Parts: sequence; C-alpha cells; structure tokens
Amino acid sequence: MKARIEVMLKDGVLDPQGEAVARALGSLGFEGVGGVRQGKLIELDLAAGDAEAARAEARRMCEALLANTVIETYRVEIVE
Amino acid sequence: MRAAVVVFPGSNCDRDLAVALRAAGFDVTPIWHKETDLPPGTDLVGVPGGFSFGDYLRCGAIAARAPIVPALAAHVKSGGYAIGICNGFQILLETGLLPGALMRNARLKFICRDAPLQVATAQCAFTSAFAAGEAISLPVAHHDGNYRADPETLTALRAEDRIAFAYAEDVNGSAEGIAGILSANRRVLGLMPHPERAADPALGGADGARLFAGLASELAAETATA
Repeated sequence: MKARIEVMLKDGVLDPQGEAVARALGSLGFEGVGGVRQGKLIELDLAAGDAEAARAEARRMCEALLANTVIETYRVEIVE
Repeated sequence: MRAAVVVFPGSNCDRDLAVALRAAGFDVTPIWHKETDLPPGTDLVGVPGGFSFGDYLRCGAIAARAPIVPALAAHVKSGGYAIGICNGFQILLETGLLPGALMRNARLKFICRDAPLQVATAQCAFTSAFAAGEAISLPVAHHDGNYRADPETLTALRAEDRIAFAYAEDVNGSAEGIAGILSANRRVLGLMPHPERAADPALGGADGARLFAGLASELAAETATA
C-alpha cells in the first residue's frame, strides 16, 4: 500500500517561509495571492495488506516521528 | 562531578562543550547516540549543538528518537541535570523533555553573531553565577531558533519563572524573546545561544564560562549535602 502524508503548520502558527513565497509571487506580478502556507509531502511504501491497517500504521508514524504535533498537523491518504 | 556529552552524527559542538565542562571541573565522557546507558554516576547530560542527522525532517527530530534518548529521559525524570544547546535544545524539545518548538528564524536567515541577552532568572543552577536581569553576551549560530509555544505554555513559563535567558533585542522572532527555558524542576536547560563558545576570554568572551562554573559549584554543593 502507498500512503501519502501531508504535514502542514497548524493554523495560527506563523509560516515565515510561506510569507516569503507570497512576497516573491507578488513581486513577479501575481496579484490576488491572499496567503501561502508551505508544508511537506511524505510518501510511504507500506507492507500492510489493507487500507485500514496502512492508515492506522501511517498515523502511528506521524505521531511518533513524521509530524511535530506541537506546531504541525498531518493528513494521511491511502493512494493505492 | 560527572558529565556525559551525547554525540550524534552531525554534532559539531560536542568537543567544545566537553572542553568548557572540563574547565569548570567536570569529568566528561562522550557518549555515542547508539549507546543505551549513561555512565554510572552521571550528574549532567550535555546535548550539544550541530546538525544532527543533517537536520533532516525537522531539526533534532531524528536525534530525539535515538537509542540513548530513553536513558536521557530516565536521567531527567529521576532529577538529573541536562543542558541542550542550539541543536541540543531542538532535540530536547523534540523529545518532549522541554515544551514548545523551534521554527525557522523570522527573517529566514542563518544568524551567526554575538547576541545580547538578559539573564531572566537566577533561580536555577545554570544561572546561579549571574544576577537576575544581568546583561550578557553569547554567540548564536542557527537557522531555526524562533521559539514557539501555545499561549498556555508561554503563560506557564512566565508564571513559573522558567525563562532562563531572553534576547535583549529581536534576533530571530522568538515568542517573548525567549532564548532559553527551564524544565518545571529547573534542572533541564535548553538554549539557542552557545555558552561553550564563550568559555575562554581569548576566544569570544567568558560569559559562557560563568554558566558552567556556576553550574559546577551548585552541583558540588548539592553532592556535598546529599
């Protein structure tokens, strides 16, 4: 099974990188960018036999290492 | 007094920390991160600066899951002393032994310079050689030193007098100007500035040496009364 994990900063946590990207887009002439948040995408190749087991395992991995839940949220998607 | 300095792949301040601790009177043993025990009788664990595991994933994230960490956590839980400097501070936050997180500096630049600091409390062994409110200077060298915590944590840190050092000017965007914090039992210090790089007057000042000397004399006094 393949899992795709999206890790993003929590709402309300200032994202200096996202802000710099927003400014760069503005200086390139892209108007109407209300905000930019930058996160991480992590793909896992898992041995789990079914989607539910893969999802549960991926969530445990997020809690243990992949996300810092003090400042980040994560979302697990099983893609195949 | 015995100190152990944990060494990870990518640590680069471990030897400087060992030199500064030895100068203050500690017996220092370096401990590779794959060990699972601290040397018997360890009074202080040093978690040094550097770029452990290449800062992959998040600064300190992988080091915080290293085999030595349960021994460090047990040492802290039983009332042992620990100091985490720069990447070591990031590691202590990732282990959950101190609260909060360190994010990319507000202006996104790696900052490498002497930073003016205020000693925010003298009520711990680490700052016992200073006066509360005293202005000192220590070098900083980091990309991710922007301290963040939820409002409850910040309130608790303030109310419990657990902010050890604060920047005297905005350096990296840290909440409340926090440069270093203490654990609830005041025996674990995490800080971004490098006291070990200011441990010799010929090489960058001596304010850091005062931290280690104060810590050593407090520990010696504690051992003598124990």
